[in-house]
Amino acid sequence: MSTLAHVFEAAGIATVVLAATRSVAERIHPPRALYVPFPLGRPLGKPGDAAFQHDVLARAFALLEAPSAPVLEDYPEEIVAEEVALTCSLPPRFDPDLAAAVDEASGLRKAYDRALARRGVSSVGRAISADDVPKVLGVLDDIANGLNWKEADIPGRNTTAVCHDIRTYYEEAALELVDASAAAPDGRAAEAWFYERTEAGKTVLAARQAIKDQGGPHPAWFYMTPGHR
Amino acid sequence: MNGDVMMRVHGDSAPVPQFDETPWVTPKPLAESTVAIVTSAALHRSSDEGFQPGDTEYRLLRSDARDLVLGHWSPNFDRSGVAIDLNVVFPIDRLEELAAQGTIGAVAPRHASFAGNQPDDVATIRLDSGPRAAAELVADGVDVAIFTPV
Repeated sequence: MSTLAHVFEAAGIATVVLAATRSVAERIHPPRALYVPFPLGRPLGKPGDAAFQHDVLARAFALLEAPSAPVLEDYPEEIVAEEVALTCSLPPRFDPDLAAAVDEASGLRKAYDRALARRGVSSVGRAISADDVPKVLGVLDDIANGLNWKEADIPGRNTTAVCHDIRTYYEEAALELVDASAAAPDGRAAEAWFYERTEAGKTVLAARQAIKDQGGPHPAWFYMTPGHR
Repeated sequence: MNGDVMMRVHGDSAPVPQFDETPWVTPKPLAESTVAIVTSAALHRSSDEGFQPGDTEYRLLRSDARDLVLGHWSPNFDRSGVAIDLNVVFPIDRLEELAAQGTIGAVAPRHASFAGNQPDDVATIRLDSGPRAAAELVADGVDVAIFTPV
């Protein structure tokens, strides 16, 4: 972002960066930057909180008053993603003949469909559709249980894209299942729920470990989950 | 280690491009400025072509588009925020409110979306796709751009 700010300012546009990493803004020194110590993925800080977002924008636009470059200021309030799993019910086991993650994903379909109907759009679909999520979880379960990943039917041969779609399917469904009257879930709370509470998350982690143990190349397994998991 | 802490520590030592100088535009009064958003969240319309890993191109997003999906390839940031409220990454409704109040002059007709996970040398966005995107926004009469990363 700070690199692009140099480019856009040189083209004649006054730029203000909401910087996610302070040290990067320090080293690239874009014309104007407001360091926002918020969960990554939330540069305006709080979803569903228009007043907070307006405060971030007001402090960012105030940097346009500075007399010279570069300017780097800090937003005064820090928001930390504590990574506490959100509270979200999961479907009961329905078909004991299926792998637990496959059964679970099928049970979440109605919640996912409600999310899609409400939002009108979904970020699932990079490699697989919602229809394919249970089946592909079955493939990952097979890998976790010994199937050589090279012989597995991984759509597009792209584990990163497949895992993006599975996780997004779960997270979008989960947002329909949490208490809508409560404040929006914290940053990474949905992520923590997926990897720590769901069968699908456990299956992705186990398949990732299996691909690594089978000697799969680093990009094939590393980006299946966030790096710290 | 907390995921955000890990990524910010990683950023502390990540290679960054060198700039000898910082360019500077003397801004017009904000109330007379047309404001655009430039994001690195790889947002794109659901009907448009998605971003590929290492994609150095950009998509222009019309101001009235709300059917935006996340095309970023990194698993290392929260995605639930933008699923709850697009404005937490792409504050288009906030800009519309500021324009209605007269705080900003106008919302730009189009906004620019890049993928944040670029090749380390960032040569293409610096020398090619970045200047092209900027020229398109200049042609739209954009005076100010707010940059939103993920």
